[in-house]
Amino acid sequence: MAVCIAVIAKENYPLYIRSTPMENELKFHYMVHTSLDVVDEKISAMGKALVDQRELYLGLLYPTEDYKVYGYVTNSKVKFVMVVDSSNTALRDNEIRSMFRKLHNSYTDVMCNPFYNPGDRIQSRVFDNMVTSMMIQVC
Amino acid sequence: MADEALFLLLHNEMVAGVYKSAEQGEVENGRCITKLENMGFRVGQGLIERFTKDTARFKDELDIMKFICKDFWTTVFKKQIDNLRTNHQGIYVLQDNKFRLLTQMSAGKQYLEHASKYLAFTCGLIRGGLSNLGIKSIVTAEVSSMPACKFQVMIQKL
Repeated sequence: MAVCIAVIAKENYPLYIRSTPMENELKFHYMVHTSLDVVDEKISAMGKALVDQRELYLGLLYPTEDYKVYGYVTNSKVKFVMVVDSSNTALRDNEIRSMFRKLHNSYTDVMCNPFYNPGDRIQSRVFDNMVTSMMIQVC
Repeated sequence: MADEALFLLLHNEMVAGVYKSAEQGEVENGRCITKLENMGFRVGQGLIERFTKDTARFKDELDIMKFICKDFWTTVFKKQIDNLRTNHQGIYVLQDNKFRLLTQMSAGKQYLEHASKYLAFTCGLIRGGLSNLGIKSIVTAEVSSMPACKFQVMIQKL
């Protein structure tokens, strides 16, 4: 179960960010913001890697005491960042990966919507519902 | 991509529609090409997002151009680009010897002056796709004899 999910545009401004309401929202914004440096670092290191290592999922970006931050970057350089509770040890890498895939699919649908302007904040209800389902789903 | 025939018909109608609205004075006459190009740009942005969903990360510019020539072209036009040339300094020439959107017109030089209308959307498609992958470019098309055509992609260095 994720506690915060963010979509960040290629120019590094947020397109969408949601966190669980019961906790300090600013803390998560700060966490996502700091993670962008790690994302950049991982991407530039990946340029030299072999083809099969150049996947979109970046894996664990960094752990903190209470949370783990995972990253994913699409080919269009849009970043997805997910913060999960580190007490939730049942959540495996593969599950995180499939959650990102779902997020990516949903984002693609938003992009292909002719009424959406690329670069605007995401206000799609379908996308919103999908994120909600990922945040409450108990893995 | 949805059925091929539908795409061709829709594209033809779109070109006709834009030019008809120009005749009625809704769009300025010289703006038709720009309008079609902008439509293509938006479609290209959306399509590339969908097509690159399951591919590995691209290595460099050339890798992206190859993707456009092979996968992108095959999905949209059912064939690959026949020839890709580059001067390695940001200019790429994509040559298609039998461009799908021109095959319905009689080959040769008869309708050469009308060809540019039918290429504007595709120019936008390429430009939109590249821009979504982080490459700013200018795309122009030229036809010397139908149905062959060349797209020239000029990459804008930052």
